[in-house]
Formats: sequence, structure tokens, C-alpha cells
Amino acid sequence: MKKTTLGVLYREKAVPLCEMQNQKVTEVVLLACGSFNPITNMHLRMFELARDHLQDTGQYNVVKGIISPVGDAYKKKGLIEASHRLEMARLATANSDWIKVDDWESLQPEWMETAKVVRHHYEELHAEDHNKDDVDTVKHGKKRRIEENHSESSRHQKRKDGPQLMLLCGADVLESFAVPNLWKQEDIAEIVGFYGLVCITRSGSDPYKFIQQSDELWTHHKNIHVVHEWITNEISATHVRRALRRGHSVRYLLPENVIDYIREQRLYSAESERKNADIVLAPLQRYTSASSSS
Amino acid sequence: QRFTSGTFCGTVELGEQYLCDALSKCTRRFINQRVGGFTMVVTHRVPLILLACGSFNPITNQHMRLFELARDHMHGTGQYQVVGGIVSPVSDGYGKQGLALAKHRIAMAKLALQTSSWVTVDEWESQQPDWTETVETMRYHSGRILKEFRKKLEMQREPNGNPPPLSSVSPHLKLLCGADFLNSFKVPGLWLDEHVEEVVGRFGLVCVSRGNLQPEHAVHESDLLHHHRHNIFLVKEWVRNETSATEVRRALRRGLSVKYLVPDSVIDYIHQHNLYTEDSERRNEGTLLRPLIKQAQPPGKSLDD
Repeated sequence: MKKTTLGVLYREKAVPLCEMQNQKVTEVVLLACGSFNPITNMHLRMFELARDHLQDTGQYNVVKGIISPVGDAYKKKGLIEASHRLEMARLATANSDWIKVDDWESLQPEWMETAKVVRHHYEELHAEDHNKDDVDTVKHGKKRRIEENHSESSRHQKRKDGPQLMLLCGADVLESFAVPNLWKQEDIAEIVGFYGLVCITRSGSDPYKFIQQSDELWTHHKNIHVVHEWITNEISATHVRRALRRGHSVRYLLPENVIDYIREQRLYSAESERKNADIVLAPLQRYTSASSSS
Repeated sequence: QRFTSGTFCGTVELGEQYLCDALSKCTRRFINQRVGGFTMVVTHRVPLILLACGSFNPITNQHMRLFELARDHMHGTGQYQVVGGIVSPVSDGYGKQGLALAKHRIAMAKLALQTSSWVTVDEWESQQPDWTETVETMRYHSGRILKEFRKKLEMQREPNGNPPPLSSVSPHLKLLCGADFLNSFKVPGLWLDEHVEEVVGRFGLVCVSRGNLQPEHAVHESDLLHHHRHNIFLVKEWVRNETSATEVRRALRRGLSVKYLVPDSVIDYIHQHNLYTEDSERRNEGTLLRPLIKQAQPPGKSLDD
């Protein structure tokens, strides 16, 4: 327990200041999509950083984190089977009380656009929420709806009651919006406009500049939460795979139970890195053939 | 590795067998093996123990990474077999601002290294009545290691009193540190010249790069370090990971999460004992570091004289 200057007791699972002051607090669920090939401490840190940041604004209460590993159909070079990546993520979050792993995306037969994944989880969340507080809906629903009509964030579409779902990512994902044929413009608009983005900066990138230079992103910049990671932590999964190939230690870069799993299953060799080497990444395949201009 | 008329000379990785419990095995001097018609002559690797001195206030994943990186690097040279690692937290007498009690720092280090098969925590330094010079700590451990080695050798003597057929080497001791440590040699009054000479010359350093710090520069800019450059092993850390204990303490003071930067068991301990608050960070505020007092030199004398 830690006492703040306001005499409020903070726990590790921080109770937001705003709740004490009766301000409107939006419940948030963070969704991270990615290869998680393999999951590392850096991925896990992203969740912790994002939660701290949002709680600190006083406007949000982060209630859940979801890790959604991409399906094998993504065809990224070196991407090993989803079953392994899921299991490693589960092991890594075994002792987390708020971060969970979801296999829906990985079970889809075709590669699925991130916007579709976000949409799916949003629907799921609201189906849950609806069932949960049937009694309270009438009393609180009206109040929330009125408040939301006035909020800028619902300018694009009217968000339903219940938790807000935000996409959690690194600055590299934000910058990937600019890669031709990787994203559909309407998907970017939907993610940033309707849902929201929490973006963790990595050294060497300036997300603010990137946002400022894009009209689409700038329109919704209030919906993009940039989190500065002061403790630079560049544990990339690529580096981890490289170290494993060379027989170098990856201890303390990922959770121990994940390292044990990798060793037992003999994952990540020179051979596994060559997987999909000659194949074009699924989104590029899909969009390049579909349209001639972006 | 070159093939010369049927004899293959080089260092061969013999894998897992050499890596565990390896003292007796890795001191085998020569192993002749017939491999595909060639005779392989394998030279011995020098057994090595890495000693890290520091505040460990608190111990972090990055501290433990240093050991892993250093071990991989020293193995990669082909000349060494790392057989142990020692974390030696400094005593309370050091007088550094924000230094938590040694008993806590020791307890946290022990928790963090619970599952390590080769790195241990040593309390000797923290138990000394006054702050101990790094070179003293190194001499202590070096002496202890030699004594233990000799005892082991004695126990391995054959019944007729003859020494074991293969000669062995007592493990060497080197100081493990981050690149910032090299720069500390320049700080006036922090080190005695003869101590630097002994730490770097007699023992040797394994120095892991950190952030933008390039240890090569520090070695280049100091005549003393340059002179002993063959005994300074520079390990490049490609994954920039700036989890410093200072940052961890800062995050804790602000009620922010340090999960995945520090082992869970250590986080629990910190919360249980309420270490690292605004108050704790002010401990020793305004006090001079003990080495600066203990080693006070007449004005004008510096490392480069």
C-alpha cells in the first residue's frame, strides 16, 4: 500500500483517483494483436504501461487486457504454428490477473484484418456486458447515452454502453499505417475513430510527428493515446529468435515458463526462421491484387 | 579452424556436458578423439567466475541479464568456461542516497536468483563493518575460490596419495559490470590508482555496453585501461534494455507498475516491506559516498597523474 499526497491508498491494481471524485470513468479493455512469435517481457510491459497511463488520466479504468495472436495464414517469415504461440502466451500470462489470451483470431482459416478482430472483440464485450447488468441498464444506460452524445470521441459513430475497446500497439504499428497495401484506409479510420489506439513509443520513433503528418490520424488524435516508455526496452521477438538460433541465453527477456516451453518443444531454429520465406504477407497479397492505387 | 595434415586443432563445443557442474570436467587438459580420420586436440578452457558488485537497490532483470550476456560472450571466445556467478550487494556503509538496508537488498537478490543454477548471492561484503573497496572484495572471493579448489583437489587424490592424472586450473575471477562502471574510474577520489591496476590488471573486467555508452571509448581514453585492454572483455548488448534500478525505484514511488522488469517475488517483497518511497529515496541525502571519505587524497592528485 502506498499513500499519495491526497492520502489515498494505492494498490498495485491502482484505484483511479477519479472514482474518488465521482467523475465519469470509462471502462477500457486493451486488445493487442500481433505475431507474438514468441511473446516477450516487452509485450507484457506494454500492457502495464498502457494501463498505468490511462488510469493516470483519471478518465479511464482498465479492466482487462487481451492478447490475440495472429493466425498462421498471415504468412510472416519465421512465424511458427499458432498452437505454440498461443500456449506460450498463456504461460506468460498465467500469473496475471487481468491479461488473457484469446484464440479466436488464430482459429480463423484466412488471415483477418485487425479491424475485423477489433470488431469481433467489441461485439463480444458488449454481449457479455449486456447479459451482466440487465437490471442496471435502464437506470444507467440513459445517463451514459446522454453523456456520450456530447463526447467528442463518439463523433464518428455512437458507441454502445459498456467498456471501450482500444487497440494496444507499439509505435511501429502506428507507422505501419503508411506502408502501401498493408492497411485499408477505412479500417484505419474505424480503429482510430471509433475504437481508439494506445501506442507505446519505441526509441527512434516519433509518433506525435507521424500523427501530425496524417490528416486521418490528426482528425482523431484525441483518440490516440501515446505512452512514452521511459525505461527503454527493446526486447524484440526477432532478437529473441536470433539469440535462440545461436544458442544464446534469453533468460530474463521472457518469462521462464515460456523459455522452458521453447526448449521442450525445440521451437525456433534456422529452419523455422525460413518458414514462409518466399511467400508474400497475406495483407499485401490481398490488397495488392484487389486495387491498383491506395 | 584449419586442417593440417590430419590434425584438427581448435576449440570444440562439447555441449551440455561441459555446462553443468563442470569444474572437474572442464579442466581436462587434452582429449584425443578420433573423428572421421582426424585426431582432435581440444585445449582446456579456463574456468571462470563472474563477480558483480553494486548496490542492487533493487536487483532487476537487467542485472541478471548481465550475467547471461557475459557468460555467452566468454564462452564465445573459446577460452573460458563460466562456472559460477556472484552477486555481491554493497554494505549500508556505502552511504549512497536512497540505499535500502542491506538485509532487504540481500533478501531480494536471493528471491530473484532462486531459480538460477549458477548465480548466487554473497553476503560477505554487506556484512563488513565499513564499506569495502571493490579490490578487497575481489581478493576475498579469489582467496576463497582458491581454498575451495585446493580442498576439492585434495579430496580427489588417489588412495596411494598421488595427485589426479590430469592437472587442473583454479577458477579465475573477473569483475562483471556495465559500461558506466568504466567511467567511474575517472571520478576523483572514488578509486585508488593501485586498486584500479589490480582490478583490471590482475583480475580483469567483463563489461557490458549500456545504452549509448561505448566502453571502447573509456578504454581508449585511459592509459591504464588501454594498457590492460587484453584483460577487458567488452560485451555488446544488442537489445537495448535500460531497466535501471533508479528507474524502477522512480516507478515504485509513483505507484507505477514494474512487472516484467523485476521478478514477481521481488515485487511482492518490496510491497510487503514498503521499500522505495519518497522517504526512502531521501536516505543518506547530503552525505558523501563512503569511498570519497575513506580514500580522501591530497588535492591535485588524479587518476591520470
